[in-house]
Order: sequence, then structure tokens, then C-alpha cells
Amino acid sequence: MPAQPFSAETVVVDGRATITLSGDLNGTADDDLTRAYDEAHSAGMSALTLDFSRAAYINSTGIAVLVRILAAGRRDGIQILARGLSPHYIEIFEITRISDFMRIERDDPATVGGIA
Amino acid sequence: MTFIESLRRTVGRSRSDPTPQAAVAPAKPTLPTVATGPAIEIQPSDPLFAYLQGAPGVVDVERVALESAALAELRASGVRVIVPLVTQGELIGALYLGPRLSDQDYSTDDRKLLSTLAAQAAPAIRVAQLVREQAIEIQARERLEQEMRVATLIQQQFLPRELPQLDGWQVAAYYGPARAVGGDFYDFIPLPDGRIGVVVGDVTDKGVPAALIMARTQSVLRGEAPRLVEPSAVLQRANEILLPEMPERMFVTCLYGVLDPATGRFSYANAGHLAPYLRTADGVVELRATGMPLGLLADMRYDSREATLAADQSVVLYSDGIIEAHGPDGDMFGFPRLRELMKADLAGSEIIDAILDQLHAFTGGGWEQEDDITIVALRRDRGGAVTARPIGGATDVHAKAAETADATSSGETLLHLVIPGEQGNERMAMDRVAEAVAPLALPEARVERLKTAVSEATMNAIEYGSRNDPAIPVEIDVNVSAADLIVRITDQGLSGEIRETEEPSIEAKLAGEQKPRGWGLFLIKHMVDAMEVVTDGNAQTVILTLHLEGAGDASPAV
Repeated sequence: MPAQPFSAETVVVDGRATITLSGDLNGTADDDLTRAYDEAHSAGMSALTLDFSRAAYINSTGIAVLVRILAAGRRDGIQILARGLSPHYIEIFEITRISDFMRIERDDPATVGGIA
Repeated sequence: MTFIESLRRTVGRSRSDPTPQAAVAPAKPTLPTVATGPAIEIQPSDPLFAYLQGAPGVVDVERVALESAALAELRASGVRVIVPLVTQGELIGALYLGPRLSDQDYSTDDRKLLSTLAAQAAPAIRVAQLVREQAIEIQARERLEQEMRVATLIQQQFLPRELPQLDGWQVAAYYGPARAVGGDFYDFIPLPDGRIGVVVGDVTDKGVPAALIMARTQSVLRGEAPRLVEPSAVLQRANEILLPEMPERMFVTCLYGVLDPATGRFSYANAGHLAPYLRTADGVVELRATGMPLGLLADMRYDSREATLAADQSVVLYSDGIIEAHGPDGDMFGFPRLRELMKADLAGSEIIDAILDQLHAFTGGGWEQEDDITIVALRRDRGGAVTARPIGGATDVHAKAAETADATSSGETLLHLVIPGEQGNERMAMDRVAEAVAPLALPEARVERLKTAVSEATMNAIEYGSRNDPAIPVEIDVNVSAADLIVRITDQGLSGEIRETEEPSIEAKLAGEQKPRGWGLFLIKHMVDAMEVVTDGNAQTVILTLHLEGAGDASPAV
């Protein structure tokens, strides 16, 4: 499967923000994801869900981008939830211990890496 | 042809005549109304485009109220009316008319006449456009076909016209060009003392450029091989000569061997080409030697290895056109099928026939060959072995036998891949490795872990080994044995040896005490059963191992 360009779409409802991540999450996603986070923060979010169900691939530079978002969340006092992760990426989040700082919703049928 | 191009060709204004007049096709070329100047283009995204497409007839420029760049330009140029040329609902051009020469407004009759003219002219112009488009396509196709003919001629000119006649040996060769003509080549070069140089190579790219580089490479090898003989020295010298001449993003993979027909000794060096297969009574082994393709980097060194062919043993050199041929389901022919074919005890030409028969059975009828296919087979006859002339004492023979065993692989190659050192290609490498290991039917979780490990190791190789230079490739080899699956990722080590960094800590990263990056090696180690880094001269190889026996779906040992 060829590389998929990354995009991040933000929706904020009643202070609960959802950022849907699409495509490949790698280092090049940094600007887009940071912008999406800032948008949600400006809209007064109190909690954030990162929806990975449309993300095709995550690598270590993408993990670094997530670390920046986590740091911003801690700075701003925002709880962050991850959903739509495949078992493989849940394992990676556990190995890196990102899961200690980002609650993972495990029952979403749509999962990272599961889309063609 | 695009709309804009049609406008450019059919509509414009004269540089010498300040009155902007336009015509689709001049009835009389000398009339001042003939368009000779630059066109005013209407982009499909301009609102005027849609407006004209839906207009019922002649359009008065002054009566159109649109925010349109083209409209502003038309007004500034003095255009008074626009006559859209629409056929089958598609705007294919427009006539721009300035003020009448009489300085009077266009009358109702004028407008009717223009509308009638447009209604009749538009289909004719469309037909003319289509004919022209087709003519351009035909010209382009003919030019391409002519290029292909030239490329084929160049290649055929340089391929050997005759096979060498060697007492006690069967020598066979096959070259099958793809329609687009790749850069495959093979050669036999007479050397001192009755020895013969054997070459199989592949130039990246296709067509005339690849054919020219192929010809140049063969010329260099033919010039240097009789003088230097020793395979690693020949490839090293060829690399020195070709490097300054090589176009950007091109390189040549090449296996060069020297056969002594009298003794059966086959010494060889490899510049990034597929390893040949050696068939013995005990099975099929790969003849491996490391070395980067020709024309990439200065000061390359090449391993020289040696095997000795006994009676009834064969060695087959080949190109990736066989391995990477796809079947109707998208599967690749792959190394295992070729290796299986090599097990049969066949004469030289029979080996080639068997490979081609199996390949055609695999690809099915109507297959369009994707890449050049080249095969060279050398087989030592029983009679040849009887007349073998030993060189050196028994100790030397044993030493060479041991070296041969060391040079070969006990496993089976599933993939050999060379990728440009460009970020993003790790994704392709990851997918190609997953495709190559598919026949092993590994549990999905193991494949996912392997993919992540390959992606991370390749990304490191591209970033540090190639310094993100597409001209500096990364090589990936996948090999399987009964016990292990091994992936080797080799780069040029331009940034030095991979060093262990501090263990990444999420707390430290969140606190700003560590950089957010630095997860790559950590992830790799957790994704596979073993990771090893080997530095060999210029090259650095990351070796990833998955143990296959009793692997199950469990996580690898951490």
C-alpha cells in the first residue's frame, strides 16, 4: 500500500473534542496535528479523543508527534483518550507506555492498519 | 487536449491591431480579424467558464456581472462580445469580438449570425481537436516505439552473438526483453589462461538511457576484466570508471564471475545483484558476496568469493525479471519457485527451458512481461570433471571448499530489494517484506511486528546510512531457514555506526528531559526476537531475526 497523506479533522461538541487522524502518522504529521489540537483548545475543549480508525500506519516519528500532543494535554489539563487502534498499535502504545498517559478504548471495530 | 489549450490555439488578439478580434479559424489569413496574439485563457475554475457553458448564445461582456479574472482581462482588452463554442454540453472554445469596424453595436441579426456560426463551427472544431489529439497521441506512441527500437538495437548489439565453447561444460543463456526494454545484460569475456568472465547485470531505468549505460558498463568490463581478472578488482575498477559518468538516480547491479573450465573454480564478486544459485547433489545453495551497485558511491570494496563446481553441478545467474514476475492473482514468482526448479538435474539449456516453462505457467496466458529476463547457466559435465586439472595442493582445495561453504547460505531467499534512500520508502519496504513472507503463513501479530521492525530499521538506514539521498540505496534481504526468518537491512553507514542511545522514557519525554523522538531502536528490539548490527567496511547491516519454531502468536522475548 503506498504512503497515505496525513490529515487531522477536529470536531468540538460541548467541550468534548474529537480529532480524527487519517493517513500515515509520521513526523510529517506534526504541524497538522498540532494545528488540530490548537483549534480544539481554542474552542474550549475539556477532553480530547484521538480517533485512529482512519489512520493507516504509525511509526516511531509518529509516536514522537503523539508525545508532543500528550505533553500539550498535560500542560493544558486535558484528558486524552485514544480509540480505533488495532491490537498491534495498542501493543506499541503499551510498550512505549503511552497507554499510561492516554486511556485506550479497545472495543472499536474500526482499527488502525485495518483499512486498505 | 484541454479547454485552455483549445482557446490558446483558436482565440487571441493581434499585437499589431489594438482592436481585439478573434476567430476560430480564419477564412482568409490576411484579414485583420485573424487571431495571432496570445490567448486570453479562461480557467475551468473561473466562474466565467461555467457561465459561458450555460449561456444560450452571444454574451455581451458589459452585461456579465461575475467576479472573474478572465472577464476583467477581456474587458481590459476591449472585447465586446463572447460567442461560446459549445458542443454536446461541453465548452470547447470561444470567439472574442471587439467593437464593430463601423463603431455601431452588434445588431440582432449579427448576433443570430454569430450564434448560428458558433452552433455549426463548434462540432467541427471539436472534431478537429479530437483528430489533432489523436495525431499527437500517435506521434508520441511512435516516438516511444522508435525509442524502444533503438534501445533494443543497442542491447542486441552488445549481447554476445555466440556462446563460449568450453570443453566439458554446457553453457546456455537467455535474454528476453520486456516491451519497455529494461537494462538487463549478460556477457562472456575471454580471459588469460583459458578462463572466462561471466557477467549478468541490470541497469536501473528503462529505454535508451538504460541501454546506453548497459553498453558502457559492458565496455568497461570488457576492457578491465582481461587486465585485472580478479572479480572484486574488476568491479572496483568498473565502479571507479562508471561513477562520474552515471546519470542521477541510475546505477548498475552486476554479478561478475570468473570460471576456470579446467578446474571448475568459479570466483565471483557481486555489485548488488541477485546471488546466483549453485546446484549440487546435496541441494541448492546461494553464492553470496556483498557489494553495492556500480556507479553509486566512491571507494567501494567488493568481496571476492569462490566455489568449485564438480561434475553434474550447475550455477545459474539471473535477473530480477524472473523473481518479480506477477501471476494473475498478483503473487510474485519469487525465489522459492526458482530455487525449487534448480533442484532438478538438468542440462544447461534444459535449466533455462524449465525456468521459462514454469514462469509462463505461473503468469498464465496473455502475460505482458514486466521486466527484462536474463538467465545464464553453466553446467559441468562428468567428462569435464575427469579432465579437471587441480591447482595447488590438497590443503588448498580443502581451504577453498570451506570458503565455499561459508560463502553460501543455508536458508532460502524470499526477497532481495534495493530501494532509493528517500524518506517514505520504508513504507514500501515494509509492504514488500510482508508480501515476501506471506507464504510462511505467520500469525498476523508476528507479521505486524515484523513490519514495524522493518519499517523502523529501513527508516534509520535511509536517514543515517543514506542521509536521505535517493541516489544512495538501501538493500533489504529476507531469508528463511527451518528455524529463523532473517531480514537484513544494509546501508552505506554514511553517518557512522548505529549507537545505542539512552532508553526512551515517556516520563522524561513528557517532562522535556528527552527529545520526543528516539523510539526507533527501542521499538525494533521489542518487535523481533533478536536484533544485531554488523559493520563491514563501508556497509552497515541491521539483522532482524524471528524464530519460527514454536513461535505461535506470543510476543517476542523482550
